[in-house]
Amino acid sequence: MIWSSFSDFWSMGGYGLYVWGSFGVTAALLAAEAFWTRRGRQNALTRVASELQAADANGKDWH
Amino acid sequence: MIRKLFYFSSPQNFYPLAGKLWPMFACLATALTIWGLWLGMFVAPTDVQQGEGYRIIYVHVPVSWMSMVIYLAMAFWALLGLTFNTRLSGMLTSALAPTGAIFAFLSLWTGALWGKPMWGTWWVWDARLTSELILFFLYLGFIALTSAIDDARRADKAGAILALVGALNVPVIYFSVKWWNTLHQGASVSLTKGSSMQQTMLEAMLIMAVAFWMYAIAMTLYRVRSIILVRERHSQWVADLPEVKAQSLEART
Repeated sequence: MIWSSFSDFWSMGGYGLYVWGSFGVTAALLAAEAFWTRRGRQNALTRVASELQAADANGKDWH
Repeated sequence: MIRKLFYFSSPQNFYPLAGKLWPMFACLATALTIWGLWLGMFVAPTDVQQGEGYRIIYVHVPVSWMSMVIYLAMAFWALLGLTFNTRLSGMLTSALAPTGAIFAFLSLWTGALWGKPMWGTWWVWDARLTSELILFFLYLGFIALTSAIDDARRADKAGAILALVGALNVPVIYFSVKWWNTLHQGASVSLTKGSSMQQTMLEAMLIMAVAFWMYAIAMTLYRVRSIILVRERHSQWVADLPEVKAQSLEART
């Protein structure tokens, strides 16, 4: 282990703001992307299902 | 092999394959990230010149590499789509773009946070930084262009041309530190000269690069499934999917 304490680790030898600013924003954006992508699938499923239902309701067979 | 490729170039066959593959890539990405961060943040020594500030390298270099790799992957699918007129190619090109845009943004963001303490400035208009900024705008342009065109096939074509022309910018980014006199340092890792980095630092950085690569593949596979669903919604196989049936049932009740 190269760090003597947690605060030593946290301060990153005075570069804490820059190092954690980089890692933090990267983690946040990737987490946000995972969330959006998941929601994108849910939206796609909802859209497909509702269009299929509308087609059924119209009694049209468009397959 | 060739027959398999043809088989999976159909969206109907690729959809279940992507569904099986993305969790594997997601697991790999998670495991490699934990390993890479452990090595980079707890094992790798302090840098002689930059102190602890150099640790930004464990995100900056991987996201920058991936921002270029993803654009090249888009250009590859674009070329394939334009040549063979395969439907899946356009869907994959579109599925790659958001992840590429995020990596390009992160490359600029982490670069600014690294530049401030080391160079004394967040930003300079030098060749490396400017060409990476152009790459970010190319991603945004691709997303804007393809989502502005309603007809999916025409959107794919227009996007493919933008992806191919924009790919010229990638070697410019890569070689900019050689071709021009820039503030940005030269490559620490090169295919011809090997690496000038300390062994553990290099390992941690490469592991993080592979981790982000796996993440990008997982995201793309997951996203392309949603694109396939919407584009193929008029075909019977989509209506027969258990997840679509479940969704319809849920909507009815």
